[in-house]
Amino acid sequence: MKYVFLFAAVMTVAAVIIICIFLFANGIPAMAEIGFFDFLLGTEWKPSNIPPSFGIFPMILGSFMVTLGAIIIGVPIGILTSVFMAHYCPKKPYRILKPGVELLAGIPSVIYGFFGLVVLVPLIRTVFGGNGNSILTASILLGIMILPTIMGVSESAIRAVPTHYYEGALALGATKERSIFATVLPAARSGIMAGVILGIGRAIGETMAVIMVVGNQARIPDSILDGVRTLTANIVLEMGYAADLHREALIATGVVLFAFILLINFVFQIFKRKEERE
Amino acid sequence: MISQKVSSSIWKTLVYIATILTFGVLIFLVAYILINGIPYLKPSLFSLTYTSENVSLVPAAVNTLIMTVLSLAIAIPFGLFTAVYLVEYAKRGNRFVELIRLTAETLSGIPSIVYGLFGLLFFVTYLGWGYSLIAGAATLSIMILPLIMRTTEEALKSVPDTYREASFGLGAGRLRTIFRIVLPAAVPGILAGVILAVGRIVGETAALIYTAGTVAQMPESIMSSGRTLALHMYTLSSEGLHTNEAYATAVVLLLLVLGINTVSAMIAKRVTKI
Repeated sequence: MKYVFLFAAVMTVAAVIIICIFLFANGIPAMAEIGFFDFLLGTEWKPSNIPPSFGIFPMILGSFMVTLGAIIIGVPIGILTSVFMAHYCPKKPYRILKPGVELLAGIPSVIYGFFGLVVLVPLIRTVFGGNGNSILTASILLGIMILPTIMGVSESAIRAVPTHYYEGALALGATKERSIFATVLPAARSGIMAGVILGIGRAIGETMAVIMVVGNQARIPDSILDGVRTLTANIVLEMGYAADLHREALIATGVVLFAFILLINFVFQIFKRKEERE
Repeated sequence: MISQKVSSSIWKTLVYIATILTFGVLIFLVAYILINGIPYLKPSLFSLTYTSENVSLVPAAVNTLIMTVLSLAIAIPFGLFTAVYLVEYAKRGNRFVELIRLTAETLSGIPSIVYGLFGLLFFVTYLGWGYSLIAGAATLSIMILPLIMRTTEEALKSVPDTYREASFGLGAGRLRTIFRIVLPAAVPGILAGVILAVGRIVGETAALIYTAGTVAQMPESIMSSGRTLALHMYTLSSEGLHTNEAYATAVVLLLLVLGINTVSAMIAKRVTKI
């Protein structure tokens, strides 16, 4: 029976290996055929042209921009709310608010996307003009979506800071705010960074919600009110009808996304280890 | 000192603004969907067959149920047994244990579209299952594996060693101890994880669109294609023809997922109380 358990454990490892093999084996040849740099840095994505061009640089840029936007919006709000949850919130409301955060984490991404479609897109259209499907819209929506991810990790990081840091600062005459922002937060730095990186991973990998609000034009944008297409959107939008090299180029897009995620996971691990050591 | 007072009140204001924003958005989102959707929860939305007129969600709900059962049937044995191996058998500091931890962490960070892509390449194309419920379920089972594994591991770890020692002391073997003593004691924790996994299955779209496909009818077998509720919701809102029905479907999906997560949280809370 021990070997049955061991077998299950081996299968888990095998799953990751098979995922890697299948993605890379299907994606790398396409990259080689298109040309590695033409693929990554090419600015034209015209799969149906003759000859077709498969440059995913606009999508890399698109993913990067909406993620950056989500970080700019989500990180300050997320960290400040975690500060509230850890240091300001009285016990009773906490018992309602904490499940609220979990609720925010549990809402499916299609619902977020739908919300973005019916609320944010018209809002951006009326306030800033354009057609509303833009980097800004996607950034706001993703900023909301990564809040629970950031808050979950940073709240526990803030709570993990020994109370004598906080009390020591208070005893030296610092105000409550100064004690928190000048001693507790710096001490919780690594944990908070881990939360932020987890949020980046979530933002970069988010697919359905983004597709519904970002416009999906495969081009390099001029302003944050322009639409873009992300790596994830590129796969979903065209996989349904793509064939041959086009299909392989989409899989290669997935490989690039996968590589980004592995990199982010790696950085996350570094910060998590660092926090554990501290 | 005055400047510290001023900056302190600024920080305090910022903290409160951020908190109000966070929970304001949450309340607004849920309320907006409910208010706009509930009036459109009409009987036609719940008729047994889907037509492009009534856009019924019943077939999608049935597909979701089948998908959930299938995914759990695949993922639970693997997740459970791996956790049992990690907690009950593997020696501490074992290289292989480190490797499993690393792979579980890698799996939990992979975005669902990458799982979808893999499912398309492996289950749909390589194994030749086509767009089918089983291909979708196989893909999802890998996706929820780390979640089930981690929660089971935590649950097993929280069973006191005295239970095991008492069982050994009474002459029970290791296997008997695991199945008769440790696992039953860990059931609530495992259940909380499983229900959380159900929530993820029900809410998933990106991993299913190219594995389970988007057929909106009742499935004939697990080899036929079928869209789940979340995917149904996506198709409705991207077609843009049935906005009111999309709102109503969103209500059903939202309440379902929130209900599932609440049940999971309640079970988990009971576990920590013990």
